[in-house]
Amino acid sequence: MLLHIDSIQTYYGSIQALKGISFTVDQGEIVTLIGANGAGKTTTLHTLSGILHPRHGSIFFEGQPIHTMPPHAVVRLGIAHSPEGRRVFGRLTVAENLDMGAFVRRDKAAIKQDLDRVYTLFPRLKERQKQLAGTLSGGEQQMLAMGRALMASPRLLLLDEPSMGLAPILVDLIFETILEINKQGVTVLLVEQNALMALSIASRAYVLETGSIILSGTGKELLNNPDVMKAYLGME
Amino acid sequence: MYQKFKRRVTGTQVVMWIIGFIILGGVIYGAVHTLLAATYPPRVWLDLIVFGLAQGSVYALVALGYTMVYGILRMINFAHGEVFMAGAFIGYFIATAFDRSGFLNRYYVIAQLLIFVGAMATSATIAVLLERIAYRPLRRAPRLVPLITAIGASFFLQYTFRGFFGSGIKSYPEPTALKGSITILGITVLKTQALVIVAAVVMLLALYIFVQRTKTGRAMQAVSEDKDAAALMGIDVDRIIVITFVVGGALAGAAGVLFSTLFRQVFFLTGFIPGLKAFTAAVLGGIGNVTGAMLGGLFLGIAESLFPNLVLDGLGIPAPYQLKDALAFLMLVLVLIFRPTGILGERLATKKA
Ligand SMILES: Nc1ncnc2c1ncn2[C@@H]1O[C@H](COP(=O)(O)OP(=O)(O)OP(=O)(O)O)[C@@H](O)[C@H]1O
Ligand SMILES: [Mg+2]
Repeated sequence: MLLHIDSIQTYYGSIQALKGISFTVDQGEIVTLIGANGAGKTTTLHTLSGILHPRHGSIFFEGQPIHTMPPHAVVRLGIAHSPEGRRVFGRLTVAENLDMGAFVRRDKAAIKQDLDRVYTLFPRLKERQKQLAGTLSGGEQQMLAMGRALMASPRLLLLDEPSMGLAPILVDLIFETILEINKQGVTVLLVEQNALMALSIASRAYVLETGSIILSGTGKELLNNPDVMKAYLGME
Repeated sequence: MYQKFKRRVTGTQVVMWIIGFIILGGVIYGAVHTLLAATYPPRVWLDLIVFGLAQGSVYALVALGYTMVYGILRMINFAHGEVFMAGAFIGYFIATAFDRSGFLNRYYVIAQLLIFVGAMATSATIAVLLERIAYRPLRRAPRLVPLITAIGASFFLQYTFRGFFGSGIKSYPEPTALKGSITILGITVLKTQALVIVAAVVMLLALYIFVQRTKTGRAMQAVSEDKDAAALMGIDVDRIIVITFVVGGALAGAAGVLFSTLFRQVFFLTGFIPGLKAFTAAVLGGIGNVTGAMLGGLFLGIAESLFPNLVLDGLGIPAPYQLKDALAFLMLVLVLIFRPTGILGERLATKKA
């Protein structure tokens, strides 16, 4: 088990956003977390990466407890997070953003290798190396956010709504790339509102509703679950 | 509703622009009048520009502290003027001790370097303590709270120095090496002014390279844009904040030494007016913008030096020098009204955390 989350409860002040969530991610999987607006998906990822800390419960990464660690320590363990809304550094160039992604690393040769890998995954980024990230299109910013996370050479990649606000053709490209990244050996925890796409590439999935997990199964199982279809896929 | 709002803003703007044009017209009229009347020989203008450059480089060094802290914490560290004052004080103590022992004149260069090191270290320490004690516990508080704390800390430092060292004006020793003037490229400059300009330029360049080229500098830029995203890159945000205060404090300490070298006096309120002017310079250049703070400082220094003779004289205003300080703050008000983002200020395109 790569990641083990054990009944975490996270609060914003006195508001409880996660009401005791448990799930696991195994090495090599794509696991997806789906749910409506405000279900607690982003909160879950923030709790994983140390931006938020759970009031109760624990998180183990490769057996090591990480739920009290600050985010900059979590990255060093091999968890990279591509946050909701991309959050690229708008006043830095594309290349500088990617460089920031490798902030914790010192091995120049390996960093260069990963840079080439990112540019191969997203040729568009290579063309725009010198452009300020703030002037990129939404799709390009998403590629940059994912590329930046990959530059940490993570074993676990957290992706928060990578398809948000993108044209259908770009959504396809992003999901293909996620599959490709996973094939290269990176385990992926994917948060999505685009449940159909997410479930179709996921090995396993969890459905989150107002801070609790209400359903879990393989991607295929949930795709065929009439309740999921109705609630999250908008199909009757 | 929106239409109404829009129309009202346009109306106000029209009035503002009219006021702006009147001021601009006055400035141009005064300047042209003075120049045509040839009241002063070129020599005088040159001296004023060099002096303006010297005091402007001091403003620039202090302005950087305001702008870097603002860039990272979105707060105005109003106690920064006192960090500068502390540097001036420590510089004065070291310089006086060196002067008494004769070290200051015998080994001037080493003495001057030690004065810088002592002042910069003290100011950096005070800046870090301010962050730790006064600001860090309030990081999640509403923005007004740390601002009030900063003003409180500023008074605390002023009156602590007054308590320990008295309220008298102390005169800063003048090393023989800095007496008189030198001629560079045909321009005769007072040695003190030359030292101030050269030292400031070296530090401004060093800072620019630090921010633009080093990994830590890059991390500072990232933190100033988005703290959470920066933390996700593995940047220790608290550490970067401390480094920001160290760098800003050290620059203010050096500025304190330069300021006392230039004006040769130090007292517990030394940081007040220069602090406010440096803040003005930071706003002028676009607060949060490092290059802007440098340019804003130099611009304010030169404007302050030239303006009384150039414009006010031409307008026939008596005793123009008395209006020097009023001018600096008039400029602050004008910038805030007409271009709140400053000279180099950008409208932030990317969304903030
Ligand atoms: N900073 C905050 N302060 C207070 N409450 C918050 C904060 N951030 C999120 N919440 C609340 O926590 C709950 C979970 O929010 P979260 O952002 O995790 O949802 P989400 O599943 O990611 O939703 P979306 O699909 O819209 O991104 C929501 O009720 C939200 O209002
Ligand atoms: Mg979310």
